Amino acid sequence: MSTSPYPWAAGFHPGDRPQIVTSRFQYEDAHTIDRFEATGGYQGLRAALDKSPEAMAEEVKNSTLLGRGGAGFPAGVKWGFTPQGVWPRYLVVNGDESEPGTYKDRLLMECDPHQLIEGCLIACYAAGLSQCFLYIRGEMPLAHERVAAALDEAYAAGYVGKNILGTDFSVDIVLHTGAGAYVVGEETALIESLEGERGMPRLKPPYFPAAVGLYGQPTIVNNVETLANLPFIAKEGSAAYTAIGTPTSPGTRMIAVSGHVKRPGVYEIVNGSTTFRDLIHGDDFAQGIRDGNDLKAFVPGGGSAPWFTAEQLDIPFEGPQAGAAGSMLGSGAVMVMDSTTDIPRAALSLVRFYAHESCGKCVPCREGGTWLYRLVQRIVDGHGTDADLQTILDVGESICPGDMPHASSERLGLDAVPFPYKMTTICFVGPSAYVPIHSAMTLFPEEFAALVTPRAERRSIPVMAGVGE
Amino acid sequence: MSETPDTETPDTAAPDTPATAAPSDVEATEEAVEHAPEEVEDVEEQPQVELDPNLVTVNIDGRDVPARKGDMIISAALLADTYVPHFCYHPRMSPVGMCRQCMVEVDGPRGPMMVVSCMTPVADGQVVRTDTDQVKRAQEGMLELLLANHPLDCPVCDKGGECPLQDQAFSHGPGESRYVEAKRHYEKPIPISDLVYLDRERCILCDRCTRFADEVAGDRLIHFISRGNDTQVMTFPDEPFVSYFSGNTVQICPVGALTAKPYRFKARPWDLDQRESTCTTCSVGCRTVIQSSRDELLRYQGVDSDPVNWGWLCDRGRFNFEAVNSEHRLASPMVKFEAGLTETTWNTALRASAAMITDALAAGGPESIGLLGGARGSNEDAFAWAQLADALGVTYRDAQLGDGLPAEVLGYERATIDEADGAATVVLLGPDLKEELPVLYLRLRDAAEKRRTRIIEFSTIESGMSPYAWRSIRYEPGAQPNAVAKALAESDIAEQLASGDVIVVAGRPNLAESAEATMAALQAVLDRVPSAKVLPALRRGNVVGALSLGLAPADADHDALATLSAAAEGRLELLVLLGADPLDDCPDADLARRAIAGARRILSIDTFASQSTQHADVVLAASAYGEKAGTTTNLEGRVTTLAQQVTATGTSRPDWMIAVELGLMVGESSFGSDHPLRGVSNVADVTELIAADVAAFADVTPAALAAEPNGVVIGPILDAPAPVVFSAPGRNSYDYRLVVSRKLYDRAVGTQMSRSLANLAPGSAVHVHPLDLDAIGVAEGSDVKVVSAKAATVLPIRADAAIPRGVVWAPFNQGEGTVEDVIDAGTATTDVRIERL
Amino acid sequence: MIVAKEIIARYPRKKSALIPLVHLSQQQNGWVTEEAMRHVAELIDVTPAEVYGTASFYEMFRFEPTGTYLINICGTLSCQLLGAEELMHHAEQTLGIRAGSTTADGLITLQHAECQAACSEAPTLQVNYRHRYRVTHDDFDQLVDDLRAGRLDGDVPPHGTLGRNRQQIPADRFVGAPDPDDVTEGPAWIQVSPA
Ligand SMILES: Cc1cc2nc3c(=O)[nH]c(=O)nc-3n(C[C@H](O)[C@H](O)[C@H](O)COP(=O)(O)O)c2cc1C
Ligand code: SF4
Ligand code: FES
Repeated sequence: MSTSPYPWAAGFHPGDRPQIVTSRFQYEDAHTIDRFEATGGYQGLRAALDKSPEAMAEEVKNSTLLGRGGAGFPAGVKWGFTPQGVWPRYLVVNGDESEPGTYKDRLLMECDPHQLIEGCLIACYAAGLSQCFLYIRGEMPLAHERVAAALDEAYAAGYVGKNILGTDFSVDIVLHTGAGAYVVGEETALIESLEGERGMPRLKPPYFPAAVGLYGQPTIVNNVETLANLPFIAKEGSAAYTAIGTPTSPGTRMIAVSGHVKRPGVYEIVNGSTTFRDLIHGDDFAQGIRDGNDLKAFVPGGGSAPWFTAEQLDIPFEGPQAGAAGSMLGSGAVMVMDSTTDIPRAALSLVRFYAHESCGKCVPCREGGTWLYRLVQRIVDGHGTDADLQTILDVGESICPGDMPHASSERLGLDAVPFPYKMTTICFVGPSAYVPIHSAMTLFPEEFAALVTPRAERRSIPVMAGVGE
Repeated sequence: MSETPDTETPDTAAPDTPATAAPSDVEATEEAVEHAPEEVEDVEEQPQVELDPNLVTVNIDGRDVPARKGDMIISAALLADTYVPHFCYHPRMSPVGMCRQCMVEVDGPRGPMMVVSCMTPVADGQVVRTDTDQVKRAQEGMLELLLANHPLDCPVCDKGGECPLQDQAFSHGPGESRYVEAKRHYEKPIPISDLVYLDRERCILCDRCTRFADEVAGDRLIHFISRGNDTQVMTFPDEPFVSYFSGNTVQICPVGALTAKPYRFKARPWDLDQRESTCTTCSVGCRTVIQSSRDELLRYQGVDSDPVNWGWLCDRGRFNFEAVNSEHRLASPMVKFEAGLTETTWNTALRASAAMITDALAAGGPESIGLLGGARGSNEDAFAWAQLADALGVTYRDAQLGDGLPAEVLGYERATIDEADGAATVVLLGPDLKEELPVLYLRLRDAAEKRRTRIIEFSTIESGMSPYAWRSIRYEPGAQPNAVAKALAESDIAEQLASGDVIVVAGRPNLAESAEATMAALQAVLDRVPSAKVLPALRRGNVVGALSLGLAPADADHDALATLSAAAEGRLELLVLLGADPLDDCPDADLARRAIAGARRILSIDTFASQSTQHADVVLAASAYGEKAGTTTNLEGRVTTLAQQVTATGTSRPDWMIAVELGLMVGESSFGSDHPLRGVSNVADVTELIAADVAAFADVTPAALAAEPNGVVIGPILDAPAPVVFSAPGRNSYDYRLVVSRKLYDRAVGTQMSRSLANLAPGSAVHVHPLDLDAIGVAEGSDVKVVSAKAATVLPIRADAAIPRGVVWAPFNQGEGTVEDVIDAGTATTDVRIERL
Repeated sequence: MIVAKEIIARYPRKKSALIPLVHLSQQQNGWVTEEAMRHVAELIDVTPAEVYGTASFYEMFRFEPTGTYLINICGTLSCQLLGAEELMHHAEQTLGIRAGSTTADGLITLQHAECQAACSEAPTLQVNYRHRYRVTHDDFDQLVDDLRAGRLDGDVPPHGTLGRNRQQIPADRFVGAPDPDDVTEGPAWIQVSPA
């Protein structure tokens, strides 16, 4: 059972903080149009329609709303990248949330689907997007049901479809369901998938969606949470939005905290100023490490992010600061490991994830990811040698040539190597298979040393089965 | 270097390109052999270069090289002779960036970056380095990863010795694998079609074959399935990779994952000798490399000729080398004695042939001799025979068999394939290019798919091109001229025609309909668009060369049908069949049979004992493709070289030599003492003679051909036809109008004698629309009686949605069935009734 | 059939309906049959190989008979930290099958799964993609009992059913999905300045 005060929003914990996207989570019926309209719903859309599309786009630009899908790119700036005079343009909503540790889009879709729909409408209006595809991860049937029902209501009420609210603004929102593939969360893979293809990422350039996206047309891909912020910005104005958070990271953002904490959950935090210490140890948040244990390490931004330790607790939710310290904020997911954690085994679960989720396009990811997984599995099983540790680094070098970012460690006398890394792959899945094992081996070398035997003493290597079964 | 055949010195014009197994030769079999000319052009045109806004300069490893905007770094580098290792990149397909092997370093705003050179476009002033330590490290790393799951069964792999993976592992690899985990295991080679095997363990998932099937052939029957480390290439269960172009996937596979049944385990690359040549299976004239080992032809590979085939071949052209090696080849001449055709010496056979000629001249004069064929040989063959016919005064002659268009179609201003590819509009009057001129189909399909060209197709039934046509207009047989005139007057089509160049592709769409209909339709297009050029879609390999070099009939009264009629009526003393088989290839089977029976004597020059040679009085064994050198002319009028790669079978000789010897033997009444052919001693002499003698071929010298592997295009040679008036007869009481056309695979000797192709012919049947099948009231597959005004025949019937109602379609020359029986070459169209048995 | 046509009409290009249609077929049969893929191919004008190529990329499509209930136990980091491996071990014991296989009665298929976007509620599992949070071994046994007894029929539709409702776009409100090649102008509400 969830510890959330709202069982219908499993894992969500409110607090004494501004709420932009979770304001309706307190209502069990927040997903209905009645509750939505009664609590200010679709007011943002009306406010937007009172403005010109250009003015609305300007408002979003002024809000410095950062993308919540992982890259943190300002939404208003991205909309401006669509080439002049090329029609039609599309909106694709990225609801494929599958980054390890991450969940907030699912709650936003399950608990407040109309807010997302309103956000989509505002984006389409402002950026001249004439059809919207709402791509929901396949393994989220409840979100699917809620969004489908909300769309039916919104169509019936005249918010979606032809001549919205009597204006000449007309747009369809089509609900599209995925079928299980993490990599499809990457925006160009999402577009391939929406075109009925295998979800294999395209190379950027030339395939920047804003220029060459769905069916080769200009396409805006935005994350669910990003869009859910738009009703507030439209209704209250960008100034009200930037009044929260810091100038470079305004507003709030949703962060999932999981692992060995006392109160794991999803929190809407004030962006920019909240620190990892607040989040992990704060009474209003995760309330510290379970069972009185110590913090050993944490993953600060979804499974793809290099790991931090207690040394980095005071870093706030500011992209550049996290980057300088050797990691990234990514998708808004913090996974906490306490002192009892078997680090190689923990790393293995992430290496396996990314090896399993490779789309198979890039050789380093397809072959290297699986190789890494098998090496780490063998080491965890106690059949590894010290030579295998070197092989891991060499395979990693083939995926991410050059310096790998990592956190500083006073204990080991290590200075931080800042994010990002170089990569030989198209997307981040390949590097992400290396990141966790690299972090683990860099920050906790003794745990690996204890597992392996010197090569000279190795007798035989057991043959392992494939990945993913 | 192959053995010198007994009577001929090897041709010197054809460039020798012996195979080697050196890594640098990878391109020879992989991206096909890229000729040098473009590269030479680009470099030599430097002064002009400044003016071209599409040209940029890139610095590669310290050297400034020119490149075209939009090109990828890798192609600029390869053109500048800087080898960048790669597997998935292929110059004729869109880049995918899968193998990550082609990484190079490029200076960016934030210092040097590693990029994939196959997907990074060139930019002016770009600085590229292909040989830094980091690049080398990346390439080694990538190879180690690729080899991790590779079975390393090179000793038993067809590709061993010419394998880019093997070569690059030697030249750019780490030397040793540390991969000790379990490798991927799949069932070893599985047949994915009648011609191709797939070994998924060897596959490196470069997406070349699947991209080819998707982008180039349009036959999306192989696909990646599963994901990540489990990704594999597969067909749908029970739906094999049935494609006319499947052999190309074997050629472009950078490892030994795809192998061709006809070549499997036949040879090791280092044992192969090869020469560049031209495929003469059809008149597209794809450039090839023909390879042999121990004097046996073993493989043809496509060569990337920019104006022609882009490296592709169709499977018929690729695999019919098996026919050359067939044990059924005629090995020596034969003369009919009491006991029937009996092998004999050349001396005896030539004497007997000369006597037949002399007798015929004496008995009926030159008007009593007919010469059919010559479109399957070389220019030299056709020229020598035309010279002999001229010398004898023979007027009945035709290189076609009533199955093409009147020769004057070559008199129109002729278009090249590139012109059709780049034209705003292509008007296609037939035939089904996919079936008859497959690689022309690929070129035009590509032009249509990439939106360079809009195709307006007129056809009686759905063709291979229909899905890609901008407009695909159906007409009833006989109504083509009217349909064309009417459609071209429609405003949107007229607008399209006015928007740019127009090329008409014209061949014979229907063998059960007079060629006049298509000539009139062609005229209708030219009436509308007088500036349109014509690309003749005649089928046989050297039909354009043969017609241009003297084997065209002087007029319709002396063409193939007239010749056969004369024979049938007993007016021919001698019928000479120069690689022609009227019993197989003439649409009017009855006429052909009567002609063969009615000709007093028959002289057949052929590579195989065909239906018609059985009736010959003398059969002269001819050398086949690959056994003789020379030149050939494709449908554009492009003359390219043919290479001799193996010793001729038995004592067989090239056709041109037979003509010369016959002429000499007949003596003064043929080749006078000063006849230039008297002086030739090898095929190059004949080529020179053609250049000296035939104005249109003036530029086609052995030297010019040696310098220009893409060939030399000749100009128009015949006069344009006089306007034809054609009106289709109305429907009589018969219910269906008949369409008969060719499939790629039929009973043609070259196909039937190739073991791997022999079973691919679909077989005879009549096809009708499903609703018509219901109306006839018989079950699919059952036999029906097909009755025309002329004759009746029994064939199985099939439902086929590609056939419009009221039309019956039957494939031509499919053996056992005899739809050719009901065709009357003398009528404009053929109407039939279908009766239940 | 009508549903299929409606779905296809929502997309500017037919092939976009591939995944939704394969879902539909999985809902009908519980897994994706060859026959169904052929049918989908016909509906959207592609080859069966293309349907198979796309469908087999995605985890949720199953190409062999599958239990009425598909239980996916998450094994990614957050769940791994809180006992996912032990839960899987327990599940295998309870059901008497290895992960990746189906109980003899064809009722339950057990699988390893990756992150289910419920990480704070670890360890999690999904039964036919319906979440179960903080699953103890007792919870698991209870779940299996309930499934066997049919007590969850209302909550958990059989494998293949995505949502119990489906988006309905009223015809009179539907703007339409023209092929982008046929669109030359910007949308009505955007004042396109004559460039
Ligand atoms: C491997 C990979 C997986 C991703 N998964 C998701 C995802 O599940 N959801 C998401 O919104 N963005 C995901 N992204 C980021 C998207 O590519 C894209 O940047 C984002 O949807 C843009 O929306 P935003 O600008 O609103 O953040 C992923 C990126 C990568 C490289
Ligand atoms: S990095 Fe991996 S998942 Fe990403 S495109 Fe390459 S192969 Fe696919
Ligand atoms: S050739 Fe560039 S990635 Fe394969």
